[in-house]
Amino acid sequence: MRLEIIPRGARSQVWTYASPLLAIALTLATTLIIFLLLGKEPLEALRVMWIDPLLTKRGFSELFVKAAPLIMIGVGLSLGFRANIWNIGAEGQYVMGAIFATGVALYFYDVESFPIWLLMIPAGILGGMFWGAIPALLKTRFNASEILTSLMLTYVAKLVLLYLVVGPWKDPDGYGFPQSRLLTSAASSPHLIPGTRIHVGVVAALIVVAIGWFLLSKSLLGFKLKVAGQAPRAAAYAGFSTKSLTWLSLLVGGGLAGLAGMFEIAGPIGQLTPALPTGYGFTAIIVAFLGRLHPVGVLFGGLVLALSYLGGEKAQIALGLPAAVTMINQGILLFYLLACDLLIRYRISLPTRKVA
Amino acid sequence: MDSVVFTSVVLSIISASTPLLLAATGELVTEKSGVLNLGVEGMMLVGAVVGFAVTLTTGNAFIGILAAALGGALMALIFSVLTLTLLANQVATGLALTIFGIGLAAMMGASFVGQPVGKLPALDLPYLTDLPLIGRILFGQDGLVYFSFIALGGTIWFLFHSHAGLVLRAVGDSHDAAHAIGYPVIAIRYGATLFGGAMSGLGGAYLSLSYTPMWAEDMTAGRGWIALALVVFATWRPLRLLLGAYLFGGITILQFHVQTLGLGIPAQMVSMLPYLATIVVLVVISTDRSKIRLNAPACLGRPFHVSG
Repeated sequence: MRLEIIPRGARSQVWTYASPLLAIALTLATTLIIFLLLGKEPLEALRVMWIDPLLTKRGFSELFVKAAPLIMIGVGLSLGFRANIWNIGAEGQYVMGAIFATGVALYFYDVESFPIWLLMIPAGILGGMFWGAIPALLKTRFNASEILTSLMLTYVAKLVLLYLVVGPWKDPDGYGFPQSRLLTSAASSPHLIPGTRIHVGVVAALIVVAIGWFLLSKSLLGFKLKVAGQAPRAAAYAGFSTKSLTWLSLLVGGGLAGLAGMFEIAGPIGQLTPALPTGYGFTAIIVAFLGRLHPVGVLFGGLVLALSYLGGEKAQIALGLPAAVTMINQGILLFYLLACDLLIRYRISLPTRKVA
Repeated sequence: MDSVVFTSVVLSIISASTPLLLAATGELVTEKSGVLNLGVEGMMLVGAVVGFAVTLTTGNAFIGILAAALGGALMALIFSVLTLTLLANQVATGLALTIFGIGLAAMMGASFVGQPVGKLPALDLPYLTDLPLIGRILFGQDGLVYFSFIALGGTIWFLFHSHAGLVLRAVGDSHDAAHAIGYPVIAIRYGATLFGGAMSGLGGAYLSLSYTPMWAEDMTAGRGWIALALVVFATWRPLRLLLGAYLFGGITILQFHVQTLGLGIPAQMVSMLPYLATIVVLVVISTDRSKIRLNAPACLGRPFHVSG
């Protein structure tokens, strides 16, 4: 028996929101099967990965600490993805934001009376925007694919980071480790809730969601992005410039990734190290899709993916699974999501018998 | 330059170019059928780990290489089901394939990190391999190097001198017309994508069995993405792919030589060369929009669905 895929007249609103939920359910089911095959107690493993991380105050707060960068980057990416501008180099823009922010922190290393982290915010945003501006320029001026250029720049940014921490910014008292000095308290983003690592960056992520939501649903810009993505020709007729949307997507996407990098440096990590790039820029791509390319959706998507990181860490300790399990899970989640999204534009039905 | 140095430089360029040539040849065929698979990096990594693991366990490099091709093809199958049958966005699915592949390869390879494997056996012909200057270069390579040239030649013959190749190009240029004539668009795209996956798998296997030879996480270091850029550089023409792959192999080797020259350039800056070169090459080629438009398969990245 063959199933048929039949186009719907209009996009299904129900499946737009049901698809991510179904994808998450299918991912969990797949994980169960994998655990069975690995000879682990599946329900126990599921509890360790998806529920245990949330049971303590500390664990619950870590969810937000992990989700903050994913949400910031995800909101920026979702704007561009809406207009079919594929910035997949957010990881590099994140690193560059962290580098610029660290530069400011090290320059004002001796200043204690002024909250340096406030200056690091614009520096981080600028760093990310700078790294996003390069693919924007190459795309608008030379027609070069932003997919490939932004990705190549990610490798370059990581090498710049490596150069800085083994070279000019190496901690003189660091026993030769490739890392910068630890940032001073003036250069650290203040913690907000005692006993947790919740810092100003978490609030900043929420503000980013609010601004993103406002821009998308209440402004002409949001409308332009939607039209450019869904009906490029109509957008051209209406006089929306693809060039300016390309610039905007990459500058906003880069700036927000840079902001995320800044808050990682000023928050949980506390210094520039080669361990900074952990793939948030790539995971944020999944966050953006899971969140339906909508800032409020990205908020939830960020929390889900943050939980997958925490669960992955728990699984390493409690179940002895390798760290790669997190990435495999994330990949499978995106596979299922892309498959389920079929149901938004098509319905599946049994073949209708054709009368000859 | 004395002949020994010349030979060793050429040998090292060949070995740096081969993985790129293998993966890019596969991706070129995939793209010619109208499918853009950005998952090359993930498929190469899976090929690298599968080739390494199977060679180490069976002690037979030939079986290892076959397994690597199969691994790459299976990855491409996931991509094909999602994009060709379930009509998912090709860009997003390719990214998902890379994320998944990095994780999968790291998990499968966890117990193989740091283990030694015998380098692929090289051809050794009496007299010919011992010829000065060119003996080792022409008659002393391993099977995958020769195969990369055979595959390229076969691809040129297939695409431009066979009926099946004509059909494949038609599908890539106008899937609606090809469908109307009665060609199985989806089946042809499945075939082209699986071929691309198998070739990426071989490219990965070359890295883990001959270039390094060992397994390390993320050992492809962006070569899958460079292979994708090479297809654009070649403006979808196989012979120019050869030029591009060897240009980039040359740049990779140049990198090591610059480092040994002691010019005081930091190692990290020198390591940026291949990535920066990729950007430069993309810019130079893409600037001429008409050239891209003339040569790119017209249906590249567009989903095909028979309605009604």
